[in-house]
Amino acid sequence: MLTVEGLELYYGDAKALDGVSVAVEDGEIVAIVGANGAGKSSLIRAIAGIETPAAGTVRFDGEDITGWPSYRVCDRGIGQVAEGRQIFPNMTVRENLEMGAVIPRGRARCDETVEDVFAMFPRLREREGQAAGTLSGGEQQMLAIGRCLMGQPKLIMFDEPSLGLAPALVAEVFETIRTLNAAGTTVILVEQNVAMSLRMARHAYVLENGRIVLSGLAEDLLDDDGVRQAYLGL
Amino acid sequence: MRGVGAVLRGAPRAATGLAVLGAALLVAPLLVDDYLLSVILITLYFAFVGQAWNLMMGYAGQLSLGHALYVGLGGYAAAAFFVHFGLTPWAGMVIGILVAAAFAAGIGLLAFRFGIGGVYFALLTIAVAEFTRILFEHFEWVGATGGFFLPVENREINDLLMLRGSPAMFYYVILAMTVGLFLANVALIRSRMGYYWMAIREDQDAAQALGINTFRYKMMAVVLSASLTALGGVFLAFYNNNLFPIDAFGIHRSIEIILAPIIGGLGTLFGPILGAFILTPLGEVLTWALDQLGVQMAGVKHLFYGLVLLVIIRSLPGGVWPWFARRLGIEGPEARP
Repeated sequence: MLTVEGLELYYGDAKALDGVSVAVEDGEIVAIVGANGAGKSSLIRAIAGIETPAAGTVRFDGEDITGWPSYRVCDRGIGQVAEGRQIFPNMTVRENLEMGAVIPRGRARCDETVEDVFAMFPRLREREGQAAGTLSGGEQQMLAIGRCLMGQPKLIMFDEPSLGLAPALVAEVFETIRTLNAAGTTVILVEQNVAMSLRMARHAYVLENGRIVLSGLAEDLLDDDGVRQAYLGL
Repeated sequence: MRGVGAVLRGAPRAATGLAVLGAALLVAPLLVDDYLLSVILITLYFAFVGQAWNLMMGYAGQLSLGHALYVGLGGYAAAAFFVHFGLTPWAGMVIGILVAAAFAAGIGLLAFRFGIGGVYFALLTIAVAEFTRILFEHFEWVGATGGFFLPVENREINDLLMLRGSPAMFYYVILAMTVGLFLANVALIRSRMGYYWMAIREDQDAAQALGINTFRYKMMAVVLSASLTALGGVFLAFYNNNLFPIDAFGIHRSIEIILAPIIGGLGTLFGPILGAFILTPLGEVLTWALDQLGVQMAGVKHLFYGLVLLVIIRSLPGGVWPWFARRLGIEGPEARP
């Protein structure tokens, strides 16, 4: 479904991605793990068209989307839930959701999808008219996920969805991702919570200093001594 | 977001107040003397350009500290074509708007294509305004540093086509412009574009991640704001009958434009208007009072504006309007800072 090959990305002179190749199959969960600054968010931003890669290709559903602006990438069906949630604090919950449906792909089914999101996250319905900035951290994460769903994505990239959440909420967010995946959405999961994301994913990649240093089946990586030492503290 | 109509129906006191204010503004030329009329007129002018600036900063979150650039370009263009070719300012304003829009598009293109944001964007707007001031100081066709003057004719005859006439005529022109822009803003802010602007203001990364073409909508905000400001500039040039590069493009002019919306409330529909009605009359009263005391200090008005700004930012950081709206019983988005 998504094939990234030899992707290179620079911020000024600093190399953030150095020949990254990743393949994501239809309907699976792919985990991308690595330390802070390894290039995980850069990879997501380059795929989403927010950053323009210097070299390499991104293909989605057989189409070369390298260097496309983000609004075109979104409209092909790649959504993202960014790190730190990035909700619009002064807009209401419903307005936030509606902003998720601005691409042509999402516009037609906007009202139905709002209902779907409310059915999925009843607490958002209760706070429909409330400014999003007044929601709790967990509710904001639900809103960010719901807002992403408004664009009818085929592939969702989650960037640190568990960041700053209490353990009970982390479990809830991961459960939501599992449910979405079971319903047919392909998922790229970038997480510092390596154990949890490896247990959930089929394939996984380990990023270090902008390079893929290890990849394979997630369950194999869980047993890999290097991964266990570096990321699981075992 | 609800319409202003719905907001006002929910707040009868505010609706009554607005009706009284509207009626008072309509009959003002019959009731007040020329001096007082000129104060209200300048107040309305600042409400107009404040609204134009607020579109860009208050709604789309792009800080311009060089908006005098567009006032000057609009004014100079319309005045030059009027003086040299006898062109009516109503056509001249189209030229002025096109020139201002072209400058704004240049600034936007430069900034948004090359990732110049925040403070650096603001500095760029100052730089272009200053550069243009220096350019006009050497632009002989429009008088260079010596200034450019419109012929003052019989002020008893109102020639609306050529925008020559009495203060009352100018008053009604700026009143119509300010009310018109307010109504246009109401529609604009409730439109798709208005929402995209607010999304960009609140979190540009998120807006982009959702598939909003942030480049296009920031460009729209900058060009639209510049065009409207140029329209204000045409009015000011024909009202004042003179243009000097330092007074048209100077940074102090840019600052004057942004004070009313900041004091009234950024990103609110009524803020720039309320801010202008607070600031301009207070400044005039101060000047008058000092005159009576025999004190004549250059720049005292600007010192006073600075003090007002300090007090407002300290006590009502969202501006006067959100606080005032809550007191009037207006709830919802318009009362949000």
